[in-house]
Amino acid sequence: MAKALHSRSQPQEGVDHPIASLLAADGVLTSEGERIAAVSDAQLRELYRMMVIARRLDQEGLNLQRQGELGLWGPYVGHEAAQVGAALAMESTDWIFPYYRDFAMAVCRGVDPGAILTIFRGLTHGAWNPYEYRFAPFIIPVGTQVPHAVGFAVGCTFDHEQTAVLVGFGEGATSTGDWHEAMNFAGVFQAPVVFLCENNQWAISVPLEEQVAGRVVDRAAGYGFPGVRIDGTDVLTVYAVVRAAAKHAREGHGPFLVESVSYRMQPHTTSDDPTRYRSDADLEPWRGKDKDPIERCAARLRLRNAFDERFVAAVTQEADERASAMRQTVLTAQPGHPERVFNLVFANPPASLMRERDEFTSALEQGGAE
Amino acid sequence: MTSITMGKALNLALHDALASDDHVVMFGEDVGRLGGVFRVSDGLQDEFGRERIFNTPLAEATIAALALGLAMKGFRPVAEMQFDAFSYPSFQQVTSNIAKYHTRTGGAVNMQLVIRIPYGGNIGAIEQHSESPETYYVHTAGLKVVTPSTPEDAYRLLTAAIIDPDPVIFLEPKARYWMRQEVDLPTTPLPLDRANVVRAGRDVTLIAYGPTVQTALAAAEQGESEGVSLEVVDLRSLSPLDMDTLRDSVRKTRRAVVVHEAPVFMGLGAEIVAQLMHDLFDVLEAPIERVGNATIPYPPSRFEKLFLPDADRILEAVDRVREY
Repeated sequence: MAKALHSRSQPQEGVDHPIASLLAADGVLTSEGERIAAVSDAQLRELYRMMVIARRLDQEGLNLQRQGELGLWGPYVGHEAAQVGAALAMESTDWIFPYYRDFAMAVCRGVDPGAILTIFRGLTHGAWNPYEYRFAPFIIPVGTQVPHAVGFAVGCTFDHEQTAVLVGFGEGATSTGDWHEAMNFAGVFQAPVVFLCENNQWAISVPLEEQVAGRVVDRAAGYGFPGVRIDGTDVLTVYAVVRAAAKHAREGHGPFLVESVSYRMQPHTTSDDPTRYRSDADLEPWRGKDKDPIERCAARLRLRNAFDERFVAAVTQEADERASAMRQTVLTAQPGHPERVFNLVFANPPASLMRERDEFTSALEQGGAE
Repeated sequence: MTSITMGKALNLALHDALASDDHVVMFGEDVGRLGGVFRVSDGLQDEFGRERIFNTPLAEATIAALALGLAMKGFRPVAEMQFDAFSYPSFQQVTSNIAKYHTRTGGAVNMQLVIRIPYGGNIGAIEQHSESPETYYVHTAGLKVVTPSTPEDAYRLLTAAIIDPDPVIFLEPKARYWMRQEVDLPTTPLPLDRANVVRAGRDVTLIAYGPTVQTALAAAEQGESEGVSLEVVDLRSLSPLDMDTLRDSVRKTRRAVVVHEAPVFMGLGAEIVAQLMHDLFDVLEAPIERVGNATIPYPPSRFEKLFLPDADRILEAVDRVREY
């Protein structure tokens, strides 16, 4: 019985479902032509550029971890289209509430990647000011950031702002109570939230069919708002759909769920050992040029005569330079004085905590003097 | 001076906060038209509208998370948990996110929010409606935890909690919602980190908070008729603890009893006793006693009086520290 329930041979219905027909059903974008026309070659080149940079930074993050410079790295290969497409689809006045794997979104928002790595180097818990980038902190307890986005979005409506709030999460998060509560609250309050499920089909070792009954996208209907399931390896589709979803939210039509389906091409994190639960053959169907987000984008640009060697060389060089700068930043970052951990607990700290800090600091100084 | 109940004092504090700052919003289960199951928000939705006072779906984790998101957006949210035991679904949001958000944003984002939780027993309630969850919250760094014992303190502490830039767990002793006091309101906010000597005495210090302050005062009254002079200190703030005030009192009396409804095991009393023992080892004349619940789930209401601190149990503990 259990084998039948979890059979890997069950068809992955809808994974490759063409975007156009899904959108037609929901009436957001009515035709393939309109969808493509909505993205200029310049925008597509920008999407390509950021995906190449994102992948290069991911490689550098992995290298740094392997070289012992980071405690942990969570690769996002396979997510480039979802993260870059979604982040660039949002207006600069919009907000993004990420989950821990949304590194490429942070980079698209202008957060210094070297500063982000100080978290993975164990120097700090908080590496950027969310207000500066309209980018909330990475949240580690799975799914708990989803209702934060709803609260923030409700606040945007109270302030009569036309702001959309994007929240990122994996398909594993959709099993949590917080996720369902957030979906329901968003529906009840008609909050301007774009729920972006980066369905990479693995939550550490647990595959999609052991995680999700039915389909994530169908949850949206249950909460009374639209949802679409899209090919998460196609940055053009992600960009166009998230842009339409954000517009829908911004203009007061309520929340929108986007399920972006791709594949986790790497371990969950560097602490993971995927050889224990999946085989190389599982990855094979996702390795082709027709599944690689960067290759797919390049193919489209070629077709548009918007892809030449000079462009590729410039992007590659920029990616290398940014990877090198990221490495330099994180390796030279200073942890600061340890008493910092006391100072950041409260905005208005009680005297007793400050006394505790002072005792700690003076003990530290005495210890150092010996 | 008007005679008002603690419930009404809380209602007035909310009213005045809503009136003085457009960024104050209040929400929770049944807080709208009904005014909350204890009527603490009675009439507020009519006066301030559905964007300032609103019902939420029945889901405490997201009620807390909503407060986080709204605080980040610049509001001053006041979230209501309907009962003590119903705050537990929000525990992850409170401990992992709300308490750590200021740290996790390098100090950039303030969590100026209040989570109000009616707590404690002694109302003859069905189970899950009489719990004392304070230890869970005080053990989490990044939260301020306060609890009033009188209508006046309720007004002044809630006002202070709403103004404060940090997350405050505001525990309301539900058995005292109907307690009356002659008081002039509005009045000034109280500091969130100070205890209050509510009755001066010479022989033993009774340390209490929330619902047990009145119980301790009753014990002190009875003690006086028996020739024992008891000092009563109301903690007001459970985190941080105002140890200066406690030390000053115990330095004078040299004996102390801590009283709370929560189980004695790992209750607030454990920390208070440890600190006083450490700081006043040479001053104390007797081991400090603790009066609280047994290590049991809150008992059926038929038995609750047997487990709640009362004047007799407090005075027995007083006898033990005096006769040591």
